[in-house]
Amino acid sequence: MTRAGQAGAVLADSGPAGPGLAGPRLAGTALAGTGALTRLALRRDRIALVATVYVIVALVAGTAQAFKKLYPTAAGRAALVATGESNPALRFLYGRLSGDSIGSLTTWRYGIWAGIFAALVAIFVVIRHTRTDEEAGRLELVGSAVVGRDAPLVAGLLTAAAPILAIALLLCAALPLLGLPAAGSAALALGIGACGLAFTGIAAVAAQLTSSARTARGIALAVLGVAFVLRGVGDAAGASGPSWLSWASPLAWIQLAQPFAAERWWVLLLPLAAFALGVALAFRLAARRDLGAGLLPDRPGRPTASRLLSGPFGLAWRLEWGTLAGWVTGYVFTFAASGAAAKGIGQLFGTSSALQREFARIGGQAAIVNAYLAALMLLAGLVAAAYATSAVLRLRGEETVGRAEPVLATATGRIRWALSHIAIAVGGAVLLLAVAGVATGLGYGLRAGSAGTEVTRLLGAALAQLPASLALAAVAVLLFGLLPGAAVAGAWTAVGLVVAITLFGEVLQLSHWVLDISPFTQTPRLPGGTVTAEPLLWLCLAAVGFSVIGLLGLRRRDIG
Amino acid sequence: MANASEANASKARAANATGARAANAIEARALRKSFGRTRALDGLDLTVRTGEVHAFLGPNGAGKTTTLRILLGLLRKDGGEAVLLGGDPWHDATALHTRLAYVPGDVTLWPSLTGGEIIDLLARLRGRRDGIDAKRRQALIERFDLDPSKKARAYSKGNRQKVALVAALASDAELLLLDEPTAGLDPLMEAAFRECVNAERHDGRTILLSSHILSEAEALADRVTIIRDGQAVETGTLAEMRHLTRNFVDAELAAPASLAGVPGVHDLDVQDGRVRCQVDHAALGDVLALLTSAGVRSLTCRPPTLEELFLRHYSTERMGLGASS
Repeated sequence: MTRAGQAGAVLADSGPAGPGLAGPRLAGTALAGTGALTRLALRRDRIALVATVYVIVALVAGTAQAFKKLYPTAAGRAALVATGESNPALRFLYGRLSGDSIGSLTTWRYGIWAGIFAALVAIFVVIRHTRTDEEAGRLELVGSAVVGRDAPLVAGLLTAAAPILAIALLLCAALPLLGLPAAGSAALALGIGACGLAFTGIAAVAAQLTSSARTARGIALAVLGVAFVLRGVGDAAGASGPSWLSWASPLAWIQLAQPFAAERWWVLLLPLAAFALGVALAFRLAARRDLGAGLLPDRPGRPTASRLLSGPFGLAWRLEWGTLAGWVTGYVFTFAASGAAAKGIGQLFGTSSALQREFARIGGQAAIVNAYLAALMLLAGLVAAAYATSAVLRLRGEETVGRAEPVLATATGRIRWALSHIAIAVGGAVLLLAVAGVATGLGYGLRAGSAGTEVTRLLGAALAQLPASLALAAVAVLLFGLLPGAAVAGAWTAVGLVVAITLFGEVLQLSHWVLDISPFTQTPRLPGGTVTAEPLLWLCLAAVGFSVIGLLGLRRRDIG
Repeated sequence: MANASEANASKARAANATGARAANAIEARALRKSFGRTRALDGLDLTVRTGEVHAFLGPNGAGKTTTLRILLGLLRKDGGEAVLLGGDPWHDATALHTRLAYVPGDVTLWPSLTGGEIIDLLARLRGRRDGIDAKRRQALIERFDLDPSKKARAYSKGNRQKVALVAALASDAELLLLDEPTAGLDPLMEAAFRECVNAERHDGRTILLSSHILSEAEALADRVTIIRDGQAVETGTLAEMRHLTRNFVDAELAAPASLAGVPGVHDLDVQDGRVRCQVDHAALGDVLALLTSAGVRSLTCRPPTLEELFLRHYSTERMGLGASS
């Protein structure tokens, strides 16, 4: 706890340290050099961090502004609230509503998602400045200078805390300017910030567990995924289901604090406690291990390669299977649980006659269940696209660190090398979607007593997302071949845009041509919707076309 | 189209393998390559004869790695010509790569794979489905004192280098491209490396050895190319290069000899009975005659070391910089 206390003390006055490498007050302590390291990290990330803070603040404030314009009357807002509350799929995605004010609607639409974005900032920044640097050997260089043992971790935490606090403070200031109550604005802004801090602590622990930054990031992202699903199931289940699940998720705490309604300030202590616990645990773990090592020592491996590890595909499989296995595990639990939650949907509407009318208007229980399942399948498609993108971008990663060079200096041609990773991306997306369909079908079907039909029905619905997922991932192939320097940023921007348009486009009433950018707009809403082959074929064609152009570009360009 | 050219290249390779080997393993003429505004290669010439060990010398940033990457078809040349093992390094890349092995200057390995796995993998990627000669692999692993069951993440720089070296040396490639292969090795391993290179030369393999360690090149290379700012400034055998330069003369004389003003004598330094100077190759006979007539008590006459040859090319640059500032 003492180390955590020190960290807290530094957090309190994180500002300007001394001019030298070691701040004068910290010289000779385990925190010597923290200021210099923090400034270095902020300097390295300044553009990305400022852009991220801007986007998140603009997203939340812009949503509040949009609600103000679109729903000026209380009646209009009440209808929207009825829709949001009656549709379990929307509750799964956005959480619960605690009122029908502009502030409540903003909290509903972006409370959880801004929390997710803040958590992503925390995870990527903390691991980038701790485990990534350590794995690359940069911390060794830094550690040999006048830098205390705890300085890199504290610097990583400060670097993540800075943008998160900036988001919270800016929202605290911006939302009241739009006419929202100051107390509610503060509760929402601080809730989002505290959620980010909770994941800062979680990422700090993950960074201590393994010697690979990639795995550490995967662990932290898995925690985020579980947190999302826990509260999604809890929120979707409503009063009759396991709504207590939401309390187990840091993401739900933002809405459980009920900004713009009851304002339960004490709920904000939960994420802060999670942050303190995480940081304390991280320092405990860090003190017990050597530089470069994880908690578990690396075991010796095979002195010779197995039959499987021959050729570029064998290599790509070897590099990727662990990651894919993690994603599959996540999919199994997420979709089995979410599918099981579908059964309770519909019964909970007996409580209020207004809700019941709204419920009948949307099409009764079958339609509600279908809408919920379709939203799940859409989510499966979006996340599978993100997986496939990351698998494709491994090509660029291999290239920039210099591991493509020894492979391409052998009889392996560029196209074969690229195709081996693309094959994993495609196969992985197919596998993930199939798992999503089967798991949802089993989860729902076993409770509804129709496992056989539900599994086939949902397997089809899940695989219908495949063309859209692949078309999106093919953007990464295209950029990798034509604009390798911009491939990583560009491909993730494309994924982010599509996710934003798909999830929020309709509610934000974006015009049709913007919605049409997302390949998922072209995909039939299944189960429940009607299937036409034509858009799916176009999407397949787009995926193949992007990939071919990307591969042709790869053949012509310099490597490295 | 790609398939056609690949097929042609593999036919050419088959013809080459059965027929006589080309006289030159590598022939590059007037190679040019720029990265943005930086000119990495500016008309580089490089000829490596089949069966020789050729040292490719230059400091960091001179263009050695860029040249190797062009020869491997990883980079596309902006101008000039390059022929590697009788083929075009860009278009016939995969076919040519079955006949060569490469050790990058900065060896990065897959952290989750063991050294042994990587050695086998690279051999299989090179086109040998059955892997590599197990005996040879084992001998090299022992020679370089490498633990093949360790994950690459746990290897030091020197050990990563050893993995790449074992993978290359254990192959049956006819051409080895080695980019600063001993940069991370300790003196014992460096000696092992030299032994291996000599053995390879004996087997008739061609080796292009990029380096900035001059003693290594001096000990190993048949011929040397010195590169500066993307151009070859000197190429030939060490003997040829020495022939064109000055010898160092250091003599103790019984009586003073007047060397001042004698053509071909440079940097003359006379102290009491001791004379030190540099003498052009052509003037050596005359100078020795003058010294002998003065009565020689002791005499050292030695050719320049490779380091001195090398520095000659680079000191002019430094002097130029000094003058301009």
